[in-house]
Amino acid sequence: MKRLEDTLVAVFGSDATRDENINPVTCCVPAQRFAEAAGILKESSAFLCAQWTTDDTLADSHGGFSVYACFREGAQYLIVKSALSHDNPAFPSLTKHYLPAYRFERQIWSLMGVTPVGHPDSRPWIKFEDWRKDAWPLRKSFDAAKPMPRVAGQYLWLRAEGEGVYEIPVGPVHAGIIEPGHFRFQAVGETILNLEERLGYVHKGIEKRFESMSWLSAVKLAGRVSGDTTVAHSMAYSMALESMTFCHVPQRAQWLRALFLERERIANHLGDIGAICNDAAFSFMLYQCSRLKEIMLATNHKLFGHRFIMDRVVPGGVTVDIDDNAKNEIRSELDFIEKNFDKLVAIYEESSSLEDRVRNTGILSPELARQLCTVGVVARGSGLSVDCRVDNPCPPYDSLAVEAAALTSGDVHARVWVRVVEIRSSIRLIRDILNAIPASGIAGQCNGVSPDSTGFAAVEGWRGEIIYWLHAGHKGEINRCMIRDPSSVNWLALEYAIKGNIVPDFPLCNKSFNQSYSGHDL
Amino acid sequence: MIRILRQIFRTGIVTDRTSHIDDPRIKVVGINLDASSKKCLRRSMTVRQVDAGSCNGCELEIHAMNNPVYDCERLGIHFSASPRFADVLLVTGPAAINMEIALRRTYDAVPAPKIVIAVGDCACNGGIFGETYASLGGIDKVIPVNVYIPGCPPTPSDIFNGFYKIFL
Repeated sequence: MKRLEDTLVAVFGSDATRDENINPVTCCVPAQRFAEAAGILKESSAFLCAQWTTDDTLADSHGGFSVYACFREGAQYLIVKSALSHDNPAFPSLTKHYLPAYRFERQIWSLMGVTPVGHPDSRPWIKFEDWRKDAWPLRKSFDAAKPMPRVAGQYLWLRAEGEGVYEIPVGPVHAGIIEPGHFRFQAVGETILNLEERLGYVHKGIEKRFESMSWLSAVKLAGRVSGDTTVAHSMAYSMALESMTFCHVPQRAQWLRALFLERERIANHLGDIGAICNDAAFSFMLYQCSRLKEIMLATNHKLFGHRFIMDRVVPGGVTVDIDDNAKNEIRSELDFIEKNFDKLVAIYEESSSLEDRVRNTGILSPELARQLCTVGVVARGSGLSVDCRVDNPCPPYDSLAVEAAALTSGDVHARVWVRVVEIRSSIRLIRDILNAIPASGIAGQCNGVSPDSTGFAAVEGWRGEIIYWLHAGHKGEINRCMIRDPSSVNWLALEYAIKGNIVPDFPLCNKSFNQSYSGHDL
Repeated sequence: MIRILRQIFRTGIVTDRTSHIDDPRIKVVGINLDASSKKCLRRSMTVRQVDAGSCNGCELEIHAMNNPVYDCERLGIHFSASPRFADVLLVTGPAAINMEIALRRTYDAVPAPKIVIAVGDCACNGGIFGETYASLGGIDKVIPVNVYIPGCPPTPSDIFNGFYKIFL
């Protein structure tokens, strides 16, 4: 298979300079050819994973900005970079080639003040209308400690007009115990014509906050980007940092990380299956699944000292170990969960009233899932077989047999069933991990970070692929921490999946996606 | 249907009957949450939860309060879909600048006695997110708070303890 960077260099010639010492391979192209590069990669069926900018004022000599786009094709990642001027930073928009660039670029414009030329939508994203127009928090000149004054402004919603068309605004404070976000439906009768999401309510300035922290203490912040995915986020951050410092992580620590990650996956999937069924008025499943989830959380608390295993993954390794008693406890807990879960799945399968709600509801077609570059459970429910544990296995996944679940129907049922398959496979993985976990230390030493270096890691959290990209400044401090939660791409897919469905099915569809607001808003 | 019934009977009642009280003051006074809330509020306690910017860790634990093991309704704690029916506002997360207005409006919609419980380190003092351009810090920077429940996230037992503290 031809590598992505070779394809790019074949067309660009001397215009593309590649640096293979960096992981992943990074190609520099002139800013005016940035979109052209994306077009070429699109033809090689690469996905767009993330797009971001850095303010290089403090980092290097050219003193301007840089724009980056990360692409993935199978097991390879490629980063394309362009340097931008300081006074008028702009780059050609990728939206003509890639749908997810739509939100990435609005975010870049809103938070960094770098213009995507040719972007169809100039409204801010995450930045609200009552922020000052020139408040660009990710710029180095922006003082994050200062409170921000509010100004008058108005957000322009998309409008739908016609006989019988009406709007339903929902949120930001929802009826359930969930995070805040605003959804605006345009509907005719019960049928949804269009859904417009508006997120950003839980923007806490996380990416900016990273820049004021030390490398080692920042892992706590990474663990709180999205609380339900705390293991995967702290693991992705740690792995990115370890790749920069050439840190040796003891084998046992790697296996323990995988144990935590799979336990997080099972617990969250159990909660989701229960909640999806509950939104179809099948509350029996909610109580049964939340009971099984509670058993896992209680075991976590007993064995690892935290119900969500927060702060147990750190750069260099982990902070808790397991002994033989703990292994046996986990084994008997999993036996119990598996036995009960199988009974619940049998009930799920034979409940026709439930089937009526979940089948053919909220369909995300495989073509759209591909165009939207979706990841994780959502992608695997729509025929895209993407899973970092299979495509880019970090140890110990290279010695464990992971299969990526894949269904093609793209409806709510497919997303439930992907979770069912993954719970079963994670139970098997944990048993394999407990049987084969090697003996060694659990903490390695992270060396100092060299100036102007970068780190990268992709980890398959329970929602999907999480990407961290770290950049050290000229003094070796955190200059930029780019976080790409699966929610950053999958939220857009919900807008497409809901079209043509009825309003009462929205909670069901939304729950089957179950994206993180906090991981998206940062 | 028969499978569902069998599973329900096989599961039985899994509720944890321990009282979750670890504050000695509560033991001395001997507060019964259900009875106290009926005396104070003349009915059981209705709660509205607002996420003012949390990482959703606290939400998971508030969800867990509703699971069959903790089953908060048995103690007279009922979660409502609207702030207009609520006695208690349960607020999580640092006060994010983009949520400030929504939080104020929710608070205004709650009828008296407007008891506010701040859940989690972030709600108490901004936590790891601190006070920045995007985070105003603790919830008390925006609305008055009656009870603080620290923890990252506080366990369901910690949150129950916070509820008892309303009546101290």
